[in-house]
Amino acid sequence: MTSDMILPFYQALTEDVNALSAQVPALATDTLQDIRRKALERFSAIGLPTLKTEAWRYTNIQRYLKEFPYELLSTASPVSEAVINSTAIPELDCYRIVLVNGHLQADQSTLPQGKGITVGAMSAHTTAPGFVTYFNEQHHLAAESLAQLNTALFADGLYLELAANTVLDKPIHVVNVYSCTAHAFIQPRHLWILNRNAAATIIETSVHPETATIAFANSVLETVVLENAELWHYNVQQGAESFREVHTTAAQQHKDSRYHHFNFTLPNTPFTRNNLSVALNGSHTETNLNGLYIASKHQHVDNHTFMDHIMPDCNSNELYKGVLLDNANGVFTGKILVHQEAQKTNAFQQNNNLLLGAKADINSQPQLEIYADDVKCSHGFTAGQFSEESMFYLRSRGIGEDAAKALMVNAFSHDITDAVKVPALQHFLQTQIAEIMNN
Amino acid sequence: MLTIKNLHAEVEGKKILKGINLEINKGEMHAIMGPNGSGKSSLASVLAGRDNYTVTEGEVWFNGKNLLDMAPEERAREGVFLAFQYPVEIPGVSNLNFLKTALNEIRAYKGLPALEAREFLKLTKEKQQLVDFHSNLMNRSLNEGFSGGEKKRNEIFQLAMLDPQLAILDETDSGLDIDALRIVSNGVNKLRDAEKSFVVITHYQRLLEYIIPDFVHVLYNGRIIKTGTKELALELEERGYDWLKEELHLKESV
Ligand SMILES: Nc1ncnc2c1ncn2[C@@H]1O[C@H](COP(=O)(O)OP(=O)(O)OP(=O)(O)O)[C@@H](O)[C@H]1O
Ligand SMILES: [Mg+2]
Repeated sequence: MTSDMILPFYQALTEDVNALSAQVPALATDTLQDIRRKALERFSAIGLPTLKTEAWRYTNIQRYLKEFPYELLSTASPVSEAVINSTAIPELDCYRIVLVNGHLQADQSTLPQGKGITVGAMSAHTTAPGFVTYFNEQHHLAAESLAQLNTALFADGLYLELAANTVLDKPIHVVNVYSCTAHAFIQPRHLWILNRNAAATIIETSVHPETATIAFANSVLETVVLENAELWHYNVQQGAESFREVHTTAAQQHKDSRYHHFNFTLPNTPFTRNNLSVALNGSHTETNLNGLYIASKHQHVDNHTFMDHIMPDCNSNELYKGVLLDNANGVFTGKILVHQEAQKTNAFQQNNNLLLGAKADINSQPQLEIYADDVKCSHGFTAGQFSEESMFYLRSRGIGEDAAKALMVNAFSHDITDAVKVPALQHFLQTQIAEIMNN
Repeated sequence: MLTIKNLHAEVEGKKILKGINLEINKGEMHAIMGPNGSGKSSLASVLAGRDNYTVTEGEVWFNGKNLLDMAPEERAREGVFLAFQYPVEIPGVSNLNFLKTALNEIRAYKGLPALEAREFLKLTKEKQQLVDFHSNLMNRSLNEGFSGGEKKRNEIFQLAMLDPQLAILDETDSGLDIDALRIVSNGVNKLRDAEKSFVVITHYQRLLEYIIPDFVHVLYNGRIIKTGTKELALELEERGYDWLKEELHLKESV
């Protein structure tokens, strides 16, 4: 896709982003093209985050963008079943949706079918009523320049809409394959909508099969959970040395809805930034945000979360746990904003870390902004090592040091893994954790 | 089986053990008594390999091997077991999973295959009955929220499961109710055989009515100052430790 006339990607981002928009396919409607243009303008106006950008104080994204000569990649080439299966979850009875660089691979997918289910490529649903209503509607995206970049330049992604009262009988497993033959910057864009009383469980995994070429994904997912609907979303980031990721999830919840978000970041992706925001647009909602990050070597994992309590009588619970090995570096930001109208809010947040590497490090910052008076909010942070007493107890029973550590890490993460409602996934994660610790 | 020669140990620069000598042969039951703070748990900790203790002098041989050279897990795999005075609570580690891991690591060390799930459950059931350990405790997190007595029973249950050659019981009797004391003691007695040895640390002669010791040692100020038979325990129960301390001072001043 590059020619001599085109600036290198990073330079284009900072100097001539318009040149990049010529490289991506046009979207179907004028309204969308308009949204794109505005996003590009906004991106140009705010620019890439620097260490002076409040939300990026501990993460130098420019360093990672400059690290390799990326090219914007908007297409997909076929991938083998073996690649897809490398991220399979044993014993999981599910629908499978395969996306390569965001592009739906229909013949390798088993899509849920039936009344009330709309599922397919974003590019094929740009005139669907749900798309028209909710695409790019989440106002939190406006503040994030990488989300703007995605809006301006994305090619495709997964569109899913469940009509009112539609309950999926099985989980959906979305396999995100990022595949490239040259260093590539890939921007999938998804929109999932659960209408009134709908319910679904969606599990995401990802794989980047190439080891010699670096894939940098900048994906954006918007989820809309309407009245009394319930979404269980599990994002499992199994890493690779040759992968980099900025993952933005913007959720909105309406009256009486329930949203359960799980984020698992496992080794070895050198750079991961997860932006997660939840806007509570209705009352009597329940939100559970669970995160577990296990990082090794020189990994940098940044979880940036934002609970936006706009309406009264809502409950949110956030628990992020980190295991930092070797020289791994963790960042956690937990912003809770309780608007003046959001009386009777319960908002709890906790971030616990095990610092196991000699040079492992965590920067954790709660940001509570509370403008209502009748609320219950709390936050907490811990960082520590294994208890010597516990280690000695386990070892005195014949359990070797590594196995003892694995048991302790499993124990540390058990309140997150226990909350996973899909047994096959729970087992898969526990096995993954044990394997990581035994290495 | 176990030979302790002139063992000196300190913790955080403080001398705790000041020359312990002890010989334990196969099949023997030894009791160690002594006032609070005299070093009984410290001796147990040094034998099990707790690393905040520094051995400054002396030797410990277990079946001809230098015990002090081994990591705690190696000692356990060689057959040393310590029932803790204060068992640790480990939330999130299930009792069952913990035991399975321990048992299989010990088996692997001995060149035995891992136990199959069914065999493991069978063994568990059998040993549970031995100490009347409730099965609902099995599935809970290790010692988490266990009562004092339940923790002590769990120690003996683990002892029964892991089947060591040398078991050191540190005040296993304290915290047990009257019935539990009888049950646990009976359990220990059933585990006794000609190949196994025990060291029971206790403050109370009562335990020694159930578990009859071959030898009773008095540890005082980091040293064994008297060794006798079970009658010594009775005497201590009646007279306390002062007469022994006096005897010691007389001896030392000579
Ligand atoms: N980590 C430590 N730091 C400093 N002193 C210690 C430490 N651990 C033990 N000690 C001291 O070592 C001495 C012996 O303690 P130990 O626990 O062995 O006594 P004990 O004979 O088991 O007593 P008890 O009958 O009360 O259980 C005590 O004076 C105790 O305070
Ligand atoms: Mg003691």
